[in-house]
Amino acid sequence: MSQTVDSEPSEVVAAPSPKKGKPVLSEGKRAERRLGLLLCAPAAIVMVAVTAWPIIYSVWLSLQRYDLRFPDQREFVFLDNYIAVLSDGYWWTAFGITALLTVVSVVIELVLGMLLALVMHRTIVGRGLVRTVSLIPYGIVTVVAAFSWFYAWNTDTGYLSDLLGADAPLTQQIPSLLIIILAEVWKTTPFMALLLMAGLALVPEDLLKAASMDGASAWQRFTKVIIPVMKPAILVALLFRTLDAFRIFDNIFVLTKGANDTSSVSMQTYNNLIRGLNLGIGSTMSVLIFIAVAIIAFIFIKLFGASAPGNDPGGKR
Amino acid sequence: MADSSGGTDSTYATVDTDGTDGNDSTVRTPPRVNKAARSKLAGRQFRWTIVDILIVVYALIPVLWTLSLSFKTAETQTDKNFFPSDWTWQNYKDIFSTNEFIRALVNSIGIAIIATVIAVVLGTMAAYAIARLDFPGKQLLVGVSLLIAMFPQVSLVSPLFEMERQLGLFDTWPGLILPYITFALPLAIYTLSAFFREIPWELEKAAKMDGATPAQAFRRVIAPLAAPGVFTTAILVFIFCWNDFLFAISLTSTEASRTVPAALSFFTGASQFEAPTGTISAAAVVITIPIILFVLFFQRRIVAGLTSGAVKG
Amino acid sequence: MAEIVLDKLTKRYPDGALAVSEVDIQIADGEFIILVGPSGCGKSTMLNMIAGLEDISSGELRIDGKRVNEKAPKDRDIAMVFQSYALYPHLSVRENMAFPLRLAKVDDATVNAKVDEAAKILDLTQHLERKPANLSGGQRQRVAMGRAIVRSPKAFLMDEPLSNLDAKLRVQMRTSVSKLQKQLATTTVYVTHDQTEAMTLGDRVVVLRGGAVQQIGSPQFLYDNPANLFVAGFIGSPSMNFMPGTLENGQLSTGLGQVALSDRVRRLAESANAPRELIVGIRPEHFEDSRVLDDAAMAGGTTFAATVDVLESMGSDKFAYFTVEGEAATSAELDELAADLGSADVPASGSQLVTRLSAASGAQEGAEVNVWFDADKIQLFEPSSGKNLTYSG
Repeated sequence: MSQTVDSEPSEVVAAPSPKKGKPVLSEGKRAERRLGLLLCAPAAIVMVAVTAWPIIYSVWLSLQRYDLRFPDQREFVFLDNYIAVLSDGYWWTAFGITALLTVVSVVIELVLGMLLALVMHRTIVGRGLVRTVSLIPYGIVTVVAAFSWFYAWNTDTGYLSDLLGADAPLTQQIPSLLIIILAEVWKTTPFMALLLMAGLALVPEDLLKAASMDGASAWQRFTKVIIPVMKPAILVALLFRTLDAFRIFDNIFVLTKGANDTSSVSMQTYNNLIRGLNLGIGSTMSVLIFIAVAIIAFIFIKLFGASAPGNDPGGKR
Repeated sequence: MADSSGGTDSTYATVDTDGTDGNDSTVRTPPRVNKAARSKLAGRQFRWTIVDILIVVYALIPVLWTLSLSFKTAETQTDKNFFPSDWTWQNYKDIFSTNEFIRALVNSIGIAIIATVIAVVLGTMAAYAIARLDFPGKQLLVGVSLLIAMFPQVSLVSPLFEMERQLGLFDTWPGLILPYITFALPLAIYTLSAFFREIPWELEKAAKMDGATPAQAFRRVIAPLAAPGVFTTAILVFIFCWNDFLFAISLTSTEASRTVPAALSFFTGASQFEAPTGTISAAAVVITIPIILFVLFFQRRIVAGLTSGAVKG
Repeated sequence: MAEIVLDKLTKRYPDGALAVSEVDIQIADGEFIILVGPSGCGKSTMLNMIAGLEDISSGELRIDGKRVNEKAPKDRDIAMVFQSYALYPHLSVRENMAFPLRLAKVDDATVNAKVDEAAKILDLTQHLERKPANLSGGQRQRVAMGRAIVRSPKAFLMDEPLSNLDAKLRVQMRTSVSKLQKQLATTTVYVTHDQTEAMTLGDRVVVLRGGAVQQIGSPQFLYDNPANLFVAGFIGSPSMNFMPGTLENGQLSTGLGQVALSDRVRRLAESANAPRELIVGIRPEHFEDSRVLDDAAMAGGTTFAATVDVLESMGSDKFAYFTVEGEAATSAELDELAADLGSADVPASGSQLVTRLSAASGAQEGAEVNVWFDADKIQLFEPSSGKNLTYSG
């Protein structure tokens, strides 16, 4: 059925083409949109309902003096609570402690995590074992680990405090802060290491070979090739870990219960709310923490351009 | 017929992010008859082994310490030895003899499983839509779930406490399940959409051409291929729920819904005069066992799940 | 079996980019038609529009006389073979091929019968229970075709199905595809960027560029009578030689010297109102070493002497590269052609001439050779539009 003639396409009498202008979505595309919205709805509803509404409610509560022990004295005091909290020494101490803990533990985790990531990536012995074992701190319930550290350092049972000759470290501020940092770092370094390892795997081997041909030492290869290529992964890990660290609670609760000025802001909120049953102040602190976290995230994203995951359309076509 | 590559790759489940499948990141020296080469290799293996041992020690010390404490008798609790000089199962018997721990265990298991199931189901639907479909508000949803992942949970404690009190949800299973789902969803969506993106888009096109509706394409082609990813996500979400402490102590007050992490902090010893070290340690070991099992059996999956999102993201 | 008609088919993306522009093609029932062109020319987009995987911006697509623009892929009764094969990795070969039938709720007995039949045609019977991961590339490609065959659809669409195979395998599969199509006599639309596949497989070839049809015709016709510079340079490997020429009083001067045009060519050039400055095109196979030819054969041609730059001996032929004096032929069309073919970055001084000489030629690198070419086979192109002035359709 081959045709040997014809090269210029001949004119065909065509039916008039449909209306020009705005492209009419085909049935397929419309069904796709409906399906997409339908599938996302439940998750979106749950997420928004359980966070947005409570936050709004929280703001509302924070504007009231509301102590559950004296429910009759509930009244609107507007910004009084905020003034009370923000001029309170305890709050700022807690804030300072939280900031200190956050910065120190994140820095240590970054360095240790990087080292661990390099080991996990390059070890030629027992790679599977190292990976498995380093997931254990991640999987362990935080309070379980916290108890373990507690018993390692407290006066009655502590073998580590004896080993290092420290005297009741959990009763003094600086030593207990160090122990808290130890507990935090122990738990999350492996997780950091995993995230960094994923970024590490993206560094093309060829690039490193080329660098070593060009005469770069191992350290130079690390600083000039590996770190720059890993930058996005590092920033994402940093962002999430920082926000996480700011929320520190579990370890402090078990180790010192916040005594000796080792409270974090989360600890203070819990104390005021659950122990003090003071909804007004508790909510005020909640809102303040929310704002602080938002600012940190904003700074990070603006300053370092940490890209939001899942934003690329690459999965489609 | 000459063999050639090409066509679809069929390993989707485990994302080889660490380059172990196939190329090794280190330049391996193939064992040759050359003695010098062999001893050089042995030297490197030795050094790496030392490093590995250090890491193992690091990871396991708290675990082993707790294990040792759980087997110590009341008298030897304070002897500060790493190995118990006096072995006993008493601590374990104690925690299982009262209702307190058993009830907490039941609460933990039940709440974690229910929250996991719901979060995974909702997360799978949303992740599929995000990864494969085109609809308005997609970016918004991704942004919102990101925000929630960064959300300070403590900020929810106050309002949820009051809200649940008024709704009668305080100290109930749903009272904990709801916040767990909310905070597990970003994790689930993130991980699952990374897995979905692994599946070649062309398979859906092929299914369309073969005559499948979107629902049929999902059921017969995508779902079976996504199953490993869903499984991994379920594990990660379960660990997350199992682990929570803040909501557990804030939103519960009795053993009706108190989960193990919270119960642990309220443990009393065998008598009023004894510190509950032994029982707490025993309880700690019991709730750590499932985690260790998960990690042992599913290490590859967990690593793939945690890192595939990071790689793509 | 069906007739497919593309009627002023256009694809415009939301940002305004025009992927396919007012394409008119009539594909007869049972025809094997090839869409060929450089990457980005819109051929895959066109195929996807026929399949229903992409929306049509304007124009009409008719299958068997009925408009199908709005129909979903599954309602068009067309099967597609993808470049990456898109085999379902969790299903066996048998289940892969049975998939479309199961979706259509065909009973088991018929499904098995059809699958077995397709497997026999494609020589896949011993692989039916295996999974795609355990198959070689060629086998996977055949499974993809099997999945398309079982439905006995109105038409086959194939999107570069052979590109992922290595060279030798590709040659073997080409003949299989051709035989298969003749056996099934189903209308087939085949997309490729490889002009060799286009030339060997199709009943007719559609050459596309930038979303627009350049020419439609049988392979031989396109080869002998390219409508413009692009088609002339795209079809044929190695591609046609282009050099500048000046036409004055019926005499053509080129870097090869004065060329006496044949009567046919001169008449065509005159009736086309050929401008003075032209681009001259001659295919490599229309050259020959004059020592190999006798006088009778050399009549109707011109000879010139040149030094061989590079000599590639293929065994069956010799390819001799010469440098022709004067500037290279320049035109926007030629630049775009070079960009499309990927040769734009290779600097060339003067014109390089590729000639195919017989294996018997004694040409040596660096030595001077007397080269003859057939003056009747010259094509003359207008530099600005690229139009072939000596087109005789």
